[in-house]
Amino acid sequence: MHRREFLMGLGAGTLCAVSSNLAFAAGDFRRLLILVELKGGNDGLNTVIPYSDPLYASLRPKIAIKRDEVIPLNPSIALHPSLQALMPLWKSGELTVLQSIGYPQPNLSHFRSIEIWDTASASTEFLHDGWLARVFARQPVPGEYLADGVLIGSNDLGPLTSTRAIALQNPAQFTRQSRLANAAPAEGGAALRHILNVENDVAQAGKRLDTSYNFKTEFPKGAFGDAVKTGCAVLAGGQIAVLRLTLAGFDTHQNQPGTHANLLRQLAEGLVALRSGLEELNRWQNTLVMTYSEFGRRPRENQSSGTDHGTSAPHFVLGGRVRGGIVGAPPALDRLDGNGNLPFETDFRSLYATVSERWWGLPAGSLFGTRIRPLEILRS
Amino acid sequence: MKKLILLAASLFSLAAIAEPIGVSGARHLLERSGFGAPPALITEYSRLERNKAVDRLLNPTGTGLQRPPPDIPYERPGHLKTLSDEERKVVQREHFRQGTEMRAWWAGEMLRAATAQDALRERMTLFWHNHFVSSQQKVKSGTLMLRQNEILRRNALGNFSTMLHAVSKDPAMLIYLDGASNRKANPNENFAREVMELFTLGEGHYTEQDIKEAARAFTGWSFAPERGEFIWRPAIHDFSEKLVLGRRGNFDGDAVLDILLAQPATAQFVATKLWLEFISPKPDPAEIRKIAAALRGAGYEIRPALRAIFLSEAFWSPLNRGSLTKAPVDLVIGTLRTLAVNVPDAMPLALSLRHLGQDLFAPPNVRGWPGGEAWINSTTLLARKQFIERLLRATEMENRNRVVDKAMQMHFDSTAWLANYRDFSAVQVALLAIPPVHAVDETATGLPLLRSLLLDPVFQLK
Repeated sequence: MHRREFLMGLGAGTLCAVSSNLAFAAGDFRRLLILVELKGGNDGLNTVIPYSDPLYASLRPKIAIKRDEVIPLNPSIALHPSLQALMPLWKSGELTVLQSIGYPQPNLSHFRSIEIWDTASASTEFLHDGWLARVFARQPVPGEYLADGVLIGSNDLGPLTSTRAIALQNPAQFTRQSRLANAAPAEGGAALRHILNVENDVAQAGKRLDTSYNFKTEFPKGAFGDAVKTGCAVLAGGQIAVLRLTLAGFDTHQNQPGTHANLLRQLAEGLVALRSGLEELNRWQNTLVMTYSEFGRRPRENQSSGTDHGTSAPHFVLGGRVRGGIVGAPPALDRLDGNGNLPFETDFRSLYATVSERWWGLPAGSLFGTRIRPLEILRS
Repeated sequence: MKKLILLAASLFSLAAIAEPIGVSGARHLLERSGFGAPPALITEYSRLERNKAVDRLLNPTGTGLQRPPPDIPYERPGHLKTLSDEERKVVQREHFRQGTEMRAWWAGEMLRAATAQDALRERMTLFWHNHFVSSQQKVKSGTLMLRQNEILRRNALGNFSTMLHAVSKDPAMLIYLDGASNRKANPNENFAREVMELFTLGEGHYTEQDIKEAARAFTGWSFAPERGEFIWRPAIHDFSEKLVLGRRGNFDGDAVLDILLAQPATAQFVATKLWLEFISPKPDPAEIRKIAAALRGAGYEIRPALRAIFLSEAFWSPLNRGSLTKAPVDLVIGTLRTLAVNVPDAMPLALSLRHLGQDLFAPPNVRGWPGGEAWINSTTLLARKQFIERLLRATEMENRNRVVDKAMQMHFDSTAWLANYRDFSAVQVALLAIPPVHAVDETATGLPLLRSLLLDPVFQLK
């Protein structure tokens, strides 16, 4: 659907109701979305910790975070000590913790579950396009943008599948190399059309990306710090609607504690640097950051000081316009399913509806399922 | 009327079958069954009819390994923890060197495969590596990764059932999918899940309960850390009854594998993967059933399934030419073979493969490299073009036609290569599966002609 038809299809009342609480007009992609993928299935229970629930310690005799080490957010919920860097954002209300995000009939396979998240499908439904492609089909990202989205840290297009997406590692190198791409009409078989689309996207992005800005922000060392730095450089040099950063290594079946602590520290320090970089570009107020992961992990630890694939998990939402606080009840450790996994409280697709409707002002309707409603987690 | 058309169509295809496959057919068969299409093999195969060409390709000969794998001494897992920081650094440097050497060795085997049969064996070894995935990222030990490679290589064109049983007890696999820490007191379901989802049945043909029950059957399969060999540990095996896919009994791991092999879904699943590898990204269920029947009918022997594939109409159909995206091995090793480039050291090739997203011995996750369109995104497309550009630019800058890429020490004699093909159109047919997107100046010769064809988007297809 084209933009005009889309706008005409809306009742004037709806349009006012949606846009009255926005500084920007509906469908203004200057409101940036940053997705942070925690690849491998992050252990939610050791990230946002129900530390006062006795079941927590008893399910995890070896890997539970000790009560005197956690960072309490309230009498029942605490953060992992490696997330210390996020505390200033928590205190200023720029960090929201969403509890028990999941979906019905959870799938425990990495590939299938991330596919479900990426395509916003039901558990038994197989879709190809990324969920953002569905949003952009209603309201295209302006053609003069560098790209619809840029992906850093993983070449897997995930939620940006079937959009104008660019995966890159180094912006300056990308600009130089992009001259090897030759624009041509995308015709022919599926494989050829895909290659031609990429050639065209690369040629266009290469022409538009300005890599001259130097940040004052110091970015942390390590793979995720590098990804955040590259992401900020892209945002300084061109317009995009979505940035997706990937931090991998969360599939902690064995010897979880050290690995997980290190990953969470990278995450927290990276997110703080991201905020600083965006403040520098004067964009933090118009940025929404969301973490996601294929699933959480099983509450009961396994024999190898690790955790197996689980279901629902908490996620973080950050930005200049979030309301802060904790949304949702602590994980129901007393109501595990037949596989020993947690029930979910909030369907992940309501996050997508929130992005579409509350962030970009594009009514989600039944875009992500008939019963999916946006969450009230953003300030006007 | 319908009958007449069918008759005409089959007469037409019979005629096509009875003729030599020509340069175009030889390029197609060689490029898809191996890596690239070396001029000498194009000459050899272009003269054969379809049946003869496939007979020759599937003939169980070949010259075997070109070079022995590197000898990497086995070290028991976790021994790094016992070392001082200094010692650990030295050992880690040595591990890195060994890792590079292993990758260079395998890339070298693909590159130097002397016959089409050897190239097919290498392709199938890689295919099974991407089916029975293990990654050195988790396994760590190069010795164990090489031993697994030997299992895959030995069975690459042998028997799927034999290979499944062997690889399931392989120490690298026991580490990679946590089988070694799967014990009666606390089963680890990782292997049980993946063996059903990715090695045999495919998703949708089993339940979560089947996984739990099968995981209990696999308990006791372990490995001896001091030698890195498979060991049966009855003390941690669950000897109680299991119910797997409707069958009830006191199964062990081998019994469960046999239950999985007895399911028709397994042959269908493997045949689908072979179809996607060799024919087209679009599965044709009716045709795939025939390949699955060939596989199952022959007790999971792999050659009959490959014969069914290479002799299928779909394999030769013009509609499926250029329908597959080249994997990094096709682009890097295939291009060098096709151009008969002399490469003294395969190490830089292994690094190029990693750069393009196909780090040998280290697929990204248990599902392996997703392949197809996923190979190509903005990053990898540019890296692919640069690989070719570098080969050509080096060729231009040194003397006019004979060249050395200093970094890669590669020699490409473009004059000698072009002399293999009589004219412009023969060059195009030897290099491209379908006509190029960007018009080629038909008067172009030498390197400009090669550059135009090799940098065309169509060169990324096979």
